[in-house]
Amino acid sequence: MAAETVSNVVCPLCGCLCDDIEVIVEDGKISNVKKACPLGKNKIMGHDRIKAPMIRENGEFKEVSYDDVIEKSAQILAQAKRPLLYGWASLICEAQRKGVELAEEIGALIDTTASVCHGSTVVGVQGRGAPGCTLGEIKNRADLVIYWGCNPQEAHPRHRARYAHSVKGMYRPNGKNDRKVFVIDVRETKTAKVADEFVKIDPGYDYMAFSALRTILAGHADVVPDTVGGVAKEKLVEMVDAMKSCEFGVIFGGMGLTHTRCRYKNLENVISLVDELNAHTKFTLIPMRGHYNVNGSGHSLAWLTGYPFAIDFSRGYAWYNPGETTSNDLLMRREVDAMMAIAGDPGAHFPGESLRHMAKIPLIQIDPYANPTTELADIVIPTAVSGVEVDGTAYRMDGVPIRTRKVVETEYLTDEEVLERILTRVRELKGGN
Amino acid sequence: MKEVILITGRTLKQGSNLENKMSDAYFDAAARCEMNENLLTRIGASVGDAVKVSTRFGEVVVNAEKDDGLPDGHIFIPMGPWANAIVDPDTGGVGTPTFKGVPANIEKTDGAVLSVKDLIARYREG
Repeated sequence: MAAETVSNVVCPLCGCLCDDIEVIVEDGKISNVKKACPLGKNKIMGHDRIKAPMIRENGEFKEVSYDDVIEKSAQILAQAKRPLLYGWASLICEAQRKGVELAEEIGALIDTTASVCHGSTVVGVQGRGAPGCTLGEIKNRADLVIYWGCNPQEAHPRHRARYAHSVKGMYRPNGKNDRKVFVIDVRETKTAKVADEFVKIDPGYDYMAFSALRTILAGHADVVPDTVGGVAKEKLVEMVDAMKSCEFGVIFGGMGLTHTRCRYKNLENVISLVDELNAHTKFTLIPMRGHYNVNGSGHSLAWLTGYPFAIDFSRGYAWYNPGETTSNDLLMRREVDAMMAIAGDPGAHFPGESLRHMAKIPLIQIDPYANPTTELADIVIPTAVSGVEVDGTAYRMDGVPIRTRKVVETEYLTDEEVLERILTRVRELKGGN
Repeated sequence: MKEVILITGRTLKQGSNLENKMSDAYFDAAARCEMNENLLTRIGASVGDAVKVSTRFGEVVVNAEKDDGLPDGHIFIPMGPWANAIVDPDTGGVGTPTFKGVPANIEKTDGAVLSVKDLIARYREG
């Protein structure tokens, strides 16, 4: 059979959702991927899959049928008093919607990978507002780009070229030459090496730096110390001058703001800075979202429950209290008595203290690939790869929803089908109540 | 033994093996600790040597790598199970553990770097 090229495939790896990927399909299998970055290419090309549904018996996995794992999962979830449904980032909104239905049915906690990623950004936005725009506006208008605590060269490799730096835009016809790029980080990252200015800051001093920038912007540079978090006052003054004098500025915020002290307060402070800069020019902020549809999980959960992550249905209605209803707090309090990990890998990305409790409770994993979570799981349900074998809706980091494409057929059930079947069986077990 | 600040985060190689975590490629990408040449010298280690990194929350053995982009006194371990064996689980009242800026100690060791399976098995044993 001749090779077929599928064009304009949407990459299901990071929050850039690059929608210009070309995938070469031969005999129903993907043989090559063009235009994607190494992260996206490896995801679309695929790796060794979990071959069949599995149940752990006496410490060893035994291959069983989909019927068996769905029955067992439904029993665990129907009986659990404090179940946690975690993940929801590397799949499509249609499956997220089904997850909320299941969570509501069993009075579960439902939380997303934002919990260990940009959850603090979401909380900061709830407190202070979302001064965002689309990546298209950045491409066409931005002349000042600030990457703060993020390293797109490694985490979002095409971000600069497609949206923010070298790309030519309507009002930035010379691309890179029409823009200035700052990187603020604790180390000289690969992104810092390609920026116009690298400003090194000490770990955990972002909040103070934002306060200093706001103070200088307000005309009170005289009260700012000579250095703030290792950054010289002169450099901070220079940054404020660049921010005030640009025509369209953007701050891309990363994990450097959410994984350190101050967390959501960092976001509240930088959003206040952006707000105040708008008295002088146009300025925006976009979080560099990691998983391709973690932003979609926030949107799906918010329009279904009113809250974007860390939702507790145990009261019969949606309750939200990050710090209490977030996955790691629940696990470290030893509160959860059963867990489903779907389209997220807590085994790799949660601290050891949380994994100790995950190892003790029934753990259901729904994922195309084996990973550290599999090593702790009692039930493993392999599924189709969303965005490659299933089409559906995903939200880019700037909140633009994009329809992902199905490239090849699969014999695996989709996440949505598995969730629907578990939900149906849970309802039967609970007697329709 | 040297006192350092631990940073964790994404790398190109770690991200390229996100769905391939049981592989040798992921092990090479994530079971490592990057530091600048000065720090390597101070702990008497060369690239590829095993180093033990310990915090108040645990210890882990990983392979030493060089990155002169790191300031003195700072180490970087790619996000993943090796880094998460020693990060600060405190969520700061908002749900997100402290993955960056964790005080740590680093020293050269004769210990072995555990595979993903062996590392995770430690949690099954309690």
